[in-house]
Amino acid sequence: MNPIARNAKDFWTGFIYIFVGSGALIISRDYDMGTALKMGPAYFPTLLSVLLMVIGIISVLRSFFKSGSPIGVVAWKGLVLIVASTLLFGMIVRGAGLIIALPLLVIVSASASVRFSWKTSLAEAVGITVFCIVIFLKGLGVPLPILGSWFGN
Amino acid sequence: MELLANLGLGLSTSLTPLNLLYCLIGVFLGTLIGVLPGLGPTATIAMLLPVTFTLPPVSALIMLAGIYYGSQYGGSTTSILVNVPGEAASVVTALDGYQMARQGRAGVALTTAAVGSFFAGTVATIILALFAPPLAAVALKFGPAEFFSLMVLGLLAAIVLARGSLLHAAGMVVLGLLLGLVGTDVNSGAQRFTFGILRLADGIGFVVVAMGMFGLAEITRNLENEGDRSTVVKKVANLMPTREDWKRMIGPILRGTAIGSALGILPGSGSILGSFAAYAIEKKVSKNSKEFGKGAIEGVAAPESANNAGAQTSFIPMLTLGIPSNPVMALMIGAMIIQGIQPGPSVITEQPKLFWGIIVSMWFGNLFLVILNLPMIGMWVRIVSVPYQLLFPAILVFCSIGVFSLNNTEFDIYVMAFFAVLGYLFVKLDCEPAPMLLAFILGPMMEEYMRRALLLSRGDPMVFITRPISATLLALGALAIIAASLPAMHKKREEAFRE
Repeated sequence: MNPIARNAKDFWTGFIYIFVGSGALIISRDYDMGTALKMGPAYFPTLLSVLLMVIGIISVLRSFFKSGSPIGVVAWKGLVLIVASTLLFGMIVRGAGLIIALPLLVIVSASASVRFSWKTSLAEAVGITVFCIVIFLKGLGVPLPILGSWFGN
Repeated sequence: MELLANLGLGLSTSLTPLNLLYCLIGVFLGTLIGVLPGLGPTATIAMLLPVTFTLPPVSALIMLAGIYYGSQYGGSTTSILVNVPGEAASVVTALDGYQMARQGRAGVALTTAAVGSFFAGTVATIILALFAPPLAAVALKFGPAEFFSLMVLGLLAAIVLARGSLLHAAGMVVLGLLLGLVGTDVNSGAQRFTFGILRLADGIGFVVVAMGMFGLAEITRNLENEGDRSTVVKKVANLMPTREDWKRMIGPILRGTAIGSALGILPGSGSILGSFAAYAIEKKVSKNSKEFGKGAIEGVAAPESANNAGAQTSFIPMLTLGIPSNPVMALMIGAMIIQGIQPGPSVITEQPKLFWGIIVSMWFGNLFLVILNLPMIGMWVRIVSVPYQLLFPAILVFCSIGVFSLNNTEFDIYVMAFFAVLGYLFVKLDCEPAPMLLAFILGPMMEEYMRRALLLSRGDPMVFITRPISATLLALGALAIIAASLPAMHKKREEAFRE
């Protein structure tokens, strides 16, 4: 049977290890290797990349011989919304300011839940925004604007 | 007698109103995040790290330490009342704790957990005070080869103690070591793996990685099965165990404390494994082994003692060697560096107030925890009932603002999001993130020690095997790996984590 289906965990983990290991090995070739006596910047990463590739190869080979447990449910919606809301917050926080970026972060991320409701999330967004402005801005002096540069501040 | 003088110094340091206050704040926050499922000590301490800049070093570390062992305490409350472990180390407590709660014995279960934790905490504090100084004295004689081998041993132990496949854990460690090298090479000034991104020249922030992999990835994982949440046991009456209960909990508490203290020192998931191992052993030795899983008081007493003891003894490698045994300790080291203290074996002699202050504060912290957790249990019950769909957006907000405030740059928010994806991916592939984070911290240190050791030996790699202490450390590591991969042990290891 197909190893990707039969032992997906071993196969993909090994694949990632080989990918990262070989990538790091290729990049390391641009650095100075040095000698054991005087290790250059490439010395340690080269050792590690080779080691990682070996581990990856064993893992992939193992997926051909040994069956494993399936990957299981993936919370795609949760993953996408959590990551998207975080990225969005980072992109607009300076421009729009906390008063817009925070409620958006709360509502977009909250919509990942199966129990999402507009009413409670809006209330939570207001509460969290006020709390963060008081604690982080006024209290701890984090340099973030309440209303951002897009509004002429 | 020197010990008494030292404890006196610690007492005078930790008994100042300011430090007592920070200890209380620490254990209070710790209990809070322990009670709340989906928010662990790693993410919390990472979030609070920027706040500690402004505090005096002793107060900052006392508070952060309190958060860590406080969270182990609070985790049991959620396990018992909701059947959802508040912390990874409280997973096994839920097995019997929740059953006790369903039989109307929630109060007794909570008291058992508190008594066990307090006893374990007290013993672990004494162990810390007794064993840390001689260990630091030995470590002062270490050369670069010994430190390198010690880190190899630490990482090998982290592999053995990780959940799931040994091979995957080994890969995670190497991956972590590589990630730790991103940035400017201290020796040559060369930019490594920065892809021309200027912001990466100082390397990837550990806190950013920790929040992504432990904060955000954990939220995503929790969103997988939101549906099945057991009913919350809201009524907690009669905290007092009966005579029979007391009798039955003594043995498990003693054994749990011993197992937890020993395993806590080990790197990786030492304190988590401690609670699993204590439960498994108790199930074997107990006269009431048939009751396990149906509300046996031993099944609460043993793991709760073990995880609290382990949480405290895990400070030993950090305080004596300057080497973190888990991500939380790595953050503590970060806090020390921020405060201008060089972590390592010299901390005891150069910063005795700090060292003994932290140790003695742990005992007070444990005392606070008993008060916070038993008479004030009603408050925590209400907090447990906060629905997760309200909780996780708030966690996300705190992580985002916290990460931003580290260097006042949005770039760190993007990096955190990247590690959230990576963290979730690895969770799905059964690769535990803790060993990777540990390796991430140790990566640059290991490279530096390896370079110095090879420089001293004129490039001869045999130096790691010809120096006796270094050779012993490496042999121990090799032994641990060989033992864990033997078929018989392999099965045992899987069992210990599966319970």
